[in-house]
Amino acid sequence: MSDLRDLYQEVIFDHNRHPRNFGPLATANRHADGFNPLCGDRLTLHLRVEDGVIREARFEGAGCAISTASASLMTEALIGKSEAEAAVLFEGFHHMVMGEITSVDLGKLAVLAGVSEFPARVKCATLAWHTLNAALKNASQPVSTE
Amino acid sequence: MFEVEALRRQFPILQRQVHGRPLVYLDSAATTQKPLAVIEAERHYYETLNANIHRGVHALSQEATDAFEGARDKVRAFIGAARREEIIFTRGATEAINLVAHSWGRQSLAPGDEILISEMEHHANIVPWQLLCEATGAILKVIPIDARGALVPGAVDAMIGPRTRLVGITQVSNALGTVNPVADIVRQAHRVGAVVLVDGAQAVAHQPVDVVALDCDFYVFSGHKLYGPTGIGVLYGKQALLERMPPYQGGGDMIAQVTFEKTTYNSLPYKFEAGTPHIAGAIGLGAAIDFLQHIGLDAVARHEDRLLAHATQQAEAFEGLTCVGTAPGKVGVLSFVMKGVHPHDIGTILDREGVAIRTGHHCAMPVMDRYQVPATARASFAMYNTIGEVDALFRALRRVEELFLK
Ligand SMILES: Cc1ncc(COP(=O)(O)O)c(C=O)c1O
Repeated sequence: MSDLRDLYQEVIFDHNRHPRNFGPLATANRHADGFNPLCGDRLTLHLRVEDGVIREARFEGAGCAISTASASLMTEALIGKSEAEAAVLFEGFHHMVMGEITSVDLGKLAVLAGVSEFPARVKCATLAWHTLNAALKNASQPVSTE
Repeated sequence: MFEVEALRRQFPILQRQVHGRPLVYLDSAATTQKPLAVIEAERHYYETLNANIHRGVHALSQEATDAFEGARDKVRAFIGAARREEIIFTRGATEAINLVAHSWGRQSLAPGDEILISEMEHHANIVPWQLLCEATGAILKVIPIDARGALVPGAVDAMIGPRTRLVGITQVSNALGTVNPVADIVRQAHRVGAVVLVDGAQAVAHQPVDVVALDCDFYVFSGHKLYGPTGIGVLYGKQALLERMPPYQGGGDMIAQVTFEKTTYNSLPYKFEAGTPHIAGAIGLGAAIDFLQHIGLDAVARHEDRLLAHATQQAEAFEGLTCVGTAPGKVGVLSFVMKGVHPHDIGTILDREGVAIRTGHHCAMPVMDRYQVPATARASFAMYNTIGEVDALFRALRRVEELFLK
């Protein structure tokens, strides 16, 4: 059970039960949909980006605990970051969940490090981030983890 | 006498541990485990018979051909078909449906013709028909299902009409376990001159099938859900229909004579078997059928019904757990959702307890939409499962509860 606790940390349960920045965003100027066909997770990300800085970030959708917590934690981490800083965070986050070493300071996102021991769940953790990429590019096609 | 413990020894994989715990394999609707008889049959083929078939004068080629064609005879007898010409080997149920959609469909449909399927179909029995509709201008209609997962009473009657050309219906639903009244549907379809394709992928391992009694026009299934190998499956078709259908793929084995001016096709069933087939797979499937018949499908069905009844009883007593698919007479699978926990998380936690179930949409996204769930968790049962394993499933579900809902 100990490795399950590594995956399902208290912070993750907390964000799963009470996702932060959850809901629509009337002032958003970027949107993207993300979909994980394997498990049916869907999320929509709304961003307000001004002068290359993410001022607001909110999400909607339904997913497993890992994808919901990851989206919730991501929105918290993004607010106030520049697009360039967001890209660096994504890269660091990706390295972390793949079990690779990263020098990026991930702050609270580090609670998702346990995902690297559960290869089947990496896509759940990265869904929000792939959706972010699409939103920043303002892609009109939903992104899929497949 | 049905002895599950003795039976389990026939399945070497069941000895294995997962994450340090004994494997509890409850995902047989996705694919069944393979008995020694099947593993040995493939091995024996490669060790002693391996050669290409239908084209050599040498001894090995002849013996391999005999073994391959022997497997066809076993399949024929297993599903009660009248002739071996009616048994076509494919890669699986999916390829068999695509074969019919392509070969029968493009020849037979005109714009405005209708194909009728049900809301509980596997994607394999949806998408080929959608492609066919796109190509021909035919219209896809969908028989709705009710809250318990049965076809809405009267809907088939109401929806079959003079424009219906084909009804594609699953005999047993992989997501819900519902058993459909396919013989009735066949009768109704034939009254308007429509043909019926029955998807038997989830049925063949759970109940005896007789395609002549069903009177269906096409019947498809996969070897790997029948204790046989992956990569081999079967299309049964009535001979008169198959005779009129053009080939699906071109290549070796399916021809009688080839010149650059004109090619004539081989007779049935070879017309639909282009290229070197999965010889070892067919032989393995034959061995699986022998194995299953030796145990007896009736005994297997009784055992699985006991497992499902035990599981259903525990599920109903489990607060927060809701079964998806409760049609009377259902078989084989327990699909469920748990309040406050996404199925994907259930799957991960159960896996750490050694319990293998399937989570997701089970290649039946319309079913998920129908019940407005993103996914379900599904435990499915086979001949080698035990009551103790069902209990292990529910113990593991208690761990999910502890972890998530404490
Ligand atoms: C009802 C049903 N039809 C068709 C299929 C497709 O079978 P295969 O992937 O072996 O071709 C499945 C497999 O899950 C199934 O359950």
